[in-house]
Amino acid sequence: MIRTPLRPLARILDARQKGENPDAIENENKRIRHEQMRDNARLRAEGRLLVLGVFFFCAFGVVGARMGMLASTDPVEPRAHAPGAVISASRADIVDRHGNLLATNFDTHALYAQPKHMVDPVMAAKGLVKVFPDLDEAQLVKDFTGKRKFLWIKKKISPEQKQAVHDIGDPGLLFAPRDMRLYPNGTLAAHIMGGASYGKEGVHAAEVIGVAGVEKYFDDYLRDPVNAGKPLALSLDLTVQAASERILWGGMKLMNAKGATSVLMDVKTGEVISMVSLPTFDPNNRPRPAVEGDASDSPLFNRAVQGVYELGSVFKIFAATQAIELGLVNTETVIETKGPMKVGGFRIGEFQGKNYGALSVADIIVKSSNRGTGRMALQIGPKRQQEFLKSLGFFEATPFEIVEAAGGKPLLPKKWTDLSAVTISYGHGMSTSPMHLAAGYAAIANGGFKVTPTLIKQDTPKQGPRVMSERAARDGRMMLRKVVSKGTASFARVPGYFVGGKTGTADKPKPRGGYYKKKTLATFASIFPAHDPKYVLIVTLDEPSENSGDKPRRTAGWTAVPVAAEMIRRVAPLLGLRPAVEPVKRSMVTLTSSSN
Amino acid sequence: MRAVLHILTTIAVIALAFWAYRENYATQQALSEADKLHANIRAAHARLAVLKAEWAYQNRPDRLRDLTEINFERLGLLPLHPDQFGQVDEVPYPPAPLLPITNPVDVSSAAADDEDPL
Repeated sequence: MIRTPLRPLARILDARQKGENPDAIENENKRIRHEQMRDNARLRAEGRLLVLGVFFFCAFGVVGARMGMLASTDPVEPRAHAPGAVISASRADIVDRHGNLLATNFDTHALYAQPKHMVDPVMAAKGLVKVFPDLDEAQLVKDFTGKRKFLWIKKKISPEQKQAVHDIGDPGLLFAPRDMRLYPNGTLAAHIMGGASYGKEGVHAAEVIGVAGVEKYFDDYLRDPVNAGKPLALSLDLTVQAASERILWGGMKLMNAKGATSVLMDVKTGEVISMVSLPTFDPNNRPRPAVEGDASDSPLFNRAVQGVYELGSVFKIFAATQAIELGLVNTETVIETKGPMKVGGFRIGEFQGKNYGALSVADIIVKSSNRGTGRMALQIGPKRQQEFLKSLGFFEATPFEIVEAAGGKPLLPKKWTDLSAVTISYGHGMSTSPMHLAAGYAAIANGGFKVTPTLIKQDTPKQGPRVMSERAARDGRMMLRKVVSKGTASFARVPGYFVGGKTGTADKPKPRGGYYKKKTLATFASIFPAHDPKYVLIVTLDEPSENSGDKPRRTAGWTAVPVAAEMIRRVAPLLGLRPAVEPVKRSMVTLTSSSN
Repeated sequence: MRAVLHILTTIAVIALAFWAYRENYATQQALSEADKLHANIRAAHARLAVLKAEWAYQNRPDRLRDLTEINFERLGLLPLHPDQFGQVDEVPYPPAPLLPITNPVDVSSAAADDEDPL
């Protein structure tokens, strides 16, 4: 760069000669130099700005291009991500309390057709009918040659059927992968399992949704992918359930009953170990709900929780324990049961018009006297009776974890009069499900704590609020034991298990009012072992008749009790209960000394 | 000095590019291997689920009951009954082992007289 001097000598001398101010030259030159410096600085700054601008443009360009790329490409799963557990979208399994499988999933295929891709629709239809005889060939030909572009043919097919359809060789017949809900034990615990079916269906997958029972109640839990590896553990015991079903089925056939149900419950936790309702069905192939006739005749009907019945004399123990609880009576208080007894204009009679005379409270339960229980109910009064039954859970549907349980709402009298109190004390005028009864008996059996029936395995003991005193519960148990050892339930004497229980035979109500003469509902509610109860067993037979005698016997003592006894005999060892010698109270033992 | 710096930078860029190229391929390989393993695990899980279902199906109480009835002669299995419970003290102790024999007695008759005893 050529540097121009600020005061060039030639021009200074020249200016001096002319008498001009030489400083003006310096100033002029300074100005020029500053202008040049300014121009240079601007050029440099502009250049820098340009570079910076290009840089920003590129940076934003890259960001924009990347966004565009991401938006336009198909989503891909992150491949480098290594999941701890394998993520599975399938429905969680259901297992029993020991981990035996009750419901699981199975890969299978659905068959669908795209008629426009078919080579020979008529041949394809013919081939399909050969593989699936239940299909209608004419209908298939019509569908395949018509305007339809897509149709489902079969929802579930076996691998053999799939191969057979493959062999037809038509490109218009296609398979869609399906998760199938499988109940490997068939009809076992069908009413608890309920069943599953497909929700939204696509070609690549289909939703499996629960349609009944525990599958529907816990649908959200079972479908949640978080729980895919965590099976739902029920309180059921597979072995006990299988044995109960077999015995109850045998009992139902022997007693010529049209239906039967049993509930076996742990008295401390309220866990239901087995629940049977007969007739039953196969949840793998759930029948359609009946559209005509009585819903309770359908095999889908769950008698244990949906069936609300007037259960009869099994309720008497509640009146007796409450009377003891309130201090109105004790087990030895004598009550006159002689007739006639009239309440609210109605005559209260005994079974077959018997007359028991004066009986102690324990004997009223043992002999099952309606009038004796009714007199106790009158002493208790309708209000206190309501409160007591409510505290035992008889006023609400059971919170049992299957959807059908919500439908088992007890039927209560509209107005709770003295007459209602008397009839309800011996189990008429109020309809409840056997599950309610099991919970009520469990409260007596466990020493007076309310029990909430549950289907979920409990890891910790649960204790509900106290509903009666320890003493009342103990007296209740003692009376129940006496019913078996001396009274109407003598068939329930299972050696070693000390069954206590109460029979109940109720005439079935006609749909239009009044009661059938020859149709009964026989119930046996039992606890075992009576001195330290672990389990409650309710057995109910619908319209039983035991025909070995001269005339059919329909009472619970002849029908439900033997079935329940056989069930206890078979099931108690499976539950790990060792038969034992009943402990006898010290005061009842006569100590003798022998010398020899 | 500047030339050396340029050469070093160029060499460094080439070396890094080579490293990045190799890493890229190594990652691809690892990913495809992981994919393969995942597929294997999925298949194993599916197989396990089928086997579990099969096991549960083969062990369903109905079938086992029928099998015990068919094979009753060989197995002799009966339902569990209350009288089959025992006490621990009913179980006998194992028999005491025999004492070692220190003075063996020859009981063979080979050395006896050939005479007929009768």
